[in-house]
Amino acid sequence: MGKVAIIGVGQSAFVRGYPGSIRELAFEGFKEAMNDAQLTVKDIDASIVCSAPEYDKQRSPAGVFAEYLGLIPQPTCYLESLCSSSSMGLRVAYSLVKSGLHDVVAVIGFQKMSEISSAESQERMGRGADIQWESPFGTMMPAYYAMYARAHMEKYGTTPEDLALIRVKSSTYGQINDKAVYRKPVTLEMFSDPESPMSGPVASPLRVGDCCANADGASCVIVANEEKAKALSDKPVWILGLGAASTAVNLAGRDLFTGLTVAQEAARQAYEMAGVGPKDIDVAEVHDCFTIAELMAYENLGFAEPGEGKELIRSKETYKEGSIPVNVDGGLLSKGHPVGATGGSQIRTIVLQLRGEAGDMQVKDPEIGLVHNIGGVGLYGNVTILGR
Amino acid sequence: MAKKKKEIDDRFKKFGIVSFTGITKVNDFVEFLEQGKVMGMQCKGCGRKYFPPRADCCHCLESSMEWFEISGTGKLVTYSQLQYAPLGFEADLPYCIALLDYGEYKVFGRINKELPEEELKIGMEMKTQAIKLPNGQLSYEFIKA
Repeated sequence: MGKVAIIGVGQSAFVRGYPGSIRELAFEGFKEAMNDAQLTVKDIDASIVCSAPEYDKQRSPAGVFAEYLGLIPQPTCYLESLCSSSSMGLRVAYSLVKSGLHDVVAVIGFQKMSEISSAESQERMGRGADIQWESPFGTMMPAYYAMYARAHMEKYGTTPEDLALIRVKSSTYGQINDKAVYRKPVTLEMFSDPESPMSGPVASPLRVGDCCANADGASCVIVANEEKAKALSDKPVWILGLGAASTAVNLAGRDLFTGLTVAQEAARQAYEMAGVGPKDIDVAEVHDCFTIAELMAYENLGFAEPGEGKELIRSKETYKEGSIPVNVDGGLLSKGHPVGATGGSQIRTIVLQLRGEAGDMQVKDPEIGLVHNIGGVGLYGNVTILGR
Repeated sequence: MAKKKKEIDDRFKKFGIVSFTGITKVNDFVEFLEQGKVMGMQCKGCGRKYFPPRADCCHCLESSMEWFEISGTGKLVTYSQLQYAPLGFEADLPYCIALLDYGEYKVFGRINKELPEEELKIGMEMKTQAIKLPNGQLSYEFIKA
């Protein structure tokens, strides 16, 4: 069986309060990917629609999108693994293509979070954890990740300033990404300035500046088998490795609080399948829903030893010019995090990097890139390795 | 003859500040809270202890379980104080969620509000106690051992 490629990528701008419906939002990412791949709707054999449920009222959005995007009568279905939904979509698309069942599959991610208030959305996200035994205590995503941050600080001496440095890096690139929702500069000083919104407490030890913003957005990744990829595209990016894992939903069922086991396990699988190691990665997109999440990703992906993630950001090794550039598109912290669209946006960034089409964000001549996309509080983990 | 309406055992809706589910096979958990006890479940087949309680053991595929009481002390694994709350919990702010390690199992919950965040230290010994909430709901919380 041949290889599997990504032949088209697209995303909408990630915004606050998208002035349209979810099908119209999805069209924006889809159109960009179709133009990128120079395809017509007849070239797409199937679609997978990915989001986290309950942010909008539409049940079963797959059929609605298939009609709106002109993808009928081809098969379509809905798939979710919270924030990693579209990376999981890519995994399923890979297997549909690899099995020979379809030649070309579109993975469409979306989320319109602005239909509900911020407190409502925290409640929805909190219910991505254990609704029977955790949610009755008033849990939310920032507080769970804050518990990991607290444990990491206690064990390894990581400081709130180390976390703030990750946000400062993010803003460096968010300012030059025209798809990002947050494009203003962020400085370390803002975190200690009570007048700055960045310093506001959310869930100790995390502050406003440590958290990504909710956003509306859509993404699309078009996957093809080797034959079609070579026929349709002069710049295919190959899927070299795929890893995925799950863990206990309730924190009471877990043993590690200084890292995410799903990321460790997904990375192990993806490296093994691709036949590469952490040192071979030239550029990476990691799931920085919170600053601590990026720091833990450095360690869980093997870019740093456990506890040494802080050294990478202190020495700026994860900047564009460093030894392992991470989130040089601004990451979730600057782009915003439209849950179901996020994985597709991360994949898009790495595809553009590998093609040398990342503009001002371009890393020098990368050959192998990695995407780390996490669902829930380290509940689902997907790691994808791509190469030219 | 009119069919007798089947009674629904939805006692679990009494658990927590806001409950998101009312029906579970471990509804007796709420009965125990009422008696001032916080209980976990132990599998009669393999002896494994579970918290939160569960009606089925996934290790030996047994559904023959018995209750045991969460007693003694657990070590504080990690915690966070919330200054922003999800919908329905705003009036409680600030509050602190935490995890205790009892060795054979762990317990996720909240820390008693009288205990200031500055006095918390990872590794400190704490106890779990059943509580009645002002709105009549039942829950449990962690206090200093």
